[in-house]
Amino acid sequence: MSADDMVVVQDLKKHFSGIEALDGVSMTVKKGQVIVILGPSGSGKSTLLRCVNQLEEKTSGDIWIDGEKLTHHSKQIDKIRSDIGMVFQHFNLYPHLTVLENITLAQRIVKKISKDKAIENAMAQLTRVGIPEKANNYPAQLSGGQQQRVAIARALAMNPKLMLFDEPTSALDPEMIKEVLEVMLDLAKAGITMIVVTHEMGFAKAAADEVVFMDKGQIVEKASPAVFFTNPTHERTKLFLSQILNH
Amino acid sequence: MAQLSNAEAKPPIGNTPEYREYLKVKLRAAPWWLYAIIAIAILTFITVLTNEPFQKAFLFIKAGLSVTITTTLMAFVFALILGLLTGLGRISNNTFFKNLSTLYVELIRGIPMLVLIFFIALVGVPAVVNGLNALGAWFTQIGIVSIGGWLSGIKNEVPMNTRAVIALSTTYGAFLAEIFRAGIQSIGRGQMEAARSQGMSYWQAMRHIILPQAIRNVLPALGNDFISMLKDSSLVSVLAVRDITQIAKLYAGRTFQYQESYITLAVLYLTMTVLLSFLMKYIEKRIRNNER
Repeated sequence: MSADDMVVVQDLKKHFSGIEALDGVSMTVKKGQVIVILGPSGSGKSTLLRCVNQLEEKTSGDIWIDGEKLTHHSKQIDKIRSDIGMVFQHFNLYPHLTVLENITLAQRIVKKISKDKAIENAMAQLTRVGIPEKANNYPAQLSGGQQQRVAIARALAMNPKLMLFDEPTSALDPEMIKEVLEVMLDLAKAGITMIVVTHEMGFAKAAADEVVFMDKGQIVEKASPAVFFTNPTHERTKLFLSQILNH
Repeated sequence: MAQLSNAEAKPPIGNTPEYREYLKVKLRAAPWWLYAIIAIAILTFITVLTNEPFQKAFLFIKAGLSVTITTTLMAFVFALILGLLTGLGRISNNTFFKNLSTLYVELIRGIPMLVLIFFIALVGVPAVVNGLNALGAWFTQIGIVSIGGWLSGIKNEVPMNTRAVIALSTTYGAFLAEIFRAGIQSIGRGQMEAARSQGMSYWQAMRHIILPQAIRNVLPALGNDFISMLKDSSLVSVLAVRDITQIAKLYAGRTFQYQESYITLAVLYLTMTVLLSFLMKYIEKRIRNNER
């Protein structure tokens, strides 16, 4: 392990009542890297992502975030989570709060940032995702794409070391996918460390430093997008790519 | 569809099929129950004003109103606290609290309310006081006189009104716990995950994210239970607490004017519950308008 490793996962296993969702996964994400995880549904890619910020408790194996090994201490878990931004498939905005309150709440009660600073920061992030004018709206008044951009702004406002994206465009109408992917591309270019679970091959090609292909709870293949999409090694990868690219 | 829009647009008045159809729809949609209640209220009002025996009964019984209202309000506040804590316990990962809350809810749900009121007021409260006294004696014995003296000093003379509040709130705490539990569980798992993923602790997430949404969802149910509790507060008359039921009973027993006493009593309860249900409808409407 070196100092520029952001995430190190070692022999991670996760069992759900008899099912091996993760069956010995090891990977390293360097600072500033964008990793895209691909794979058929049920391959364990979301579970891997959720283990990284402990939304899912691992069965065995070890995870280090920025050199710190994850333990079961709730104080440590809360601290580490506050440094990891997570974007969900279904946005999970807080419906009873305005967009601005959605973005300032955790800054204030977790990071103890003053109200003015939190608002200033929130507006900066909203500007970054392109919808500062929606600050005082409620989530239900926004389109799906706008909601997901707010969710990204909410995660960014915590000034995270690492961003996790769990199929961020899978619940969106097709015409809204682009606006979210553009925001994510900007983040990738800005050098934010990202792990992205997605089915968007275009994003993987354009933004990924490394593509990870998973199947049946294991990592089948890791490669740069150029190699991965043109010259995959494994039969399983070739099958997967032929099924999604030939349509 | 065409028929419906015909009925909605007001046709010219006259003995035409269209106008008869229009009247039929209008009459069917009217809140007849509300008119009936208003009629009852007006009739009662006139009766109380003009009829000497009713007037006397009303003036006598209304002395119990403050006891009925304060008992209900205080018991409901305690029941809310108890219910919220128990509801949180029911969904907790802590084995002890989970089982303790479930035991409490199941015990209370399985016993008739009247029996519970007798039991808590006449067995439970004295037992707790005796227990505290014994604890006080023990503290004194081991030399902690200050706490010991204070605990031994609690007398077994808790007023019946207090016991009534304890009994009602203990009973309703179990019902409200189930409402709170259902409300919390109605909030999708993603909300807790989003909050936790931002580094909020379980309790921060509960307090800022889950409970505000859950309580908003269960407000109508809580209002219903408040109205139920107002009615069930009549049961505490068995403890000789001087609420309107007890006083009406006394008045009827003394004057043999059963009709006057119990009609007046029923109308008093009805007035309060109808007013409360209007208030509830208003609040629900406000909340629905604020949503989105």
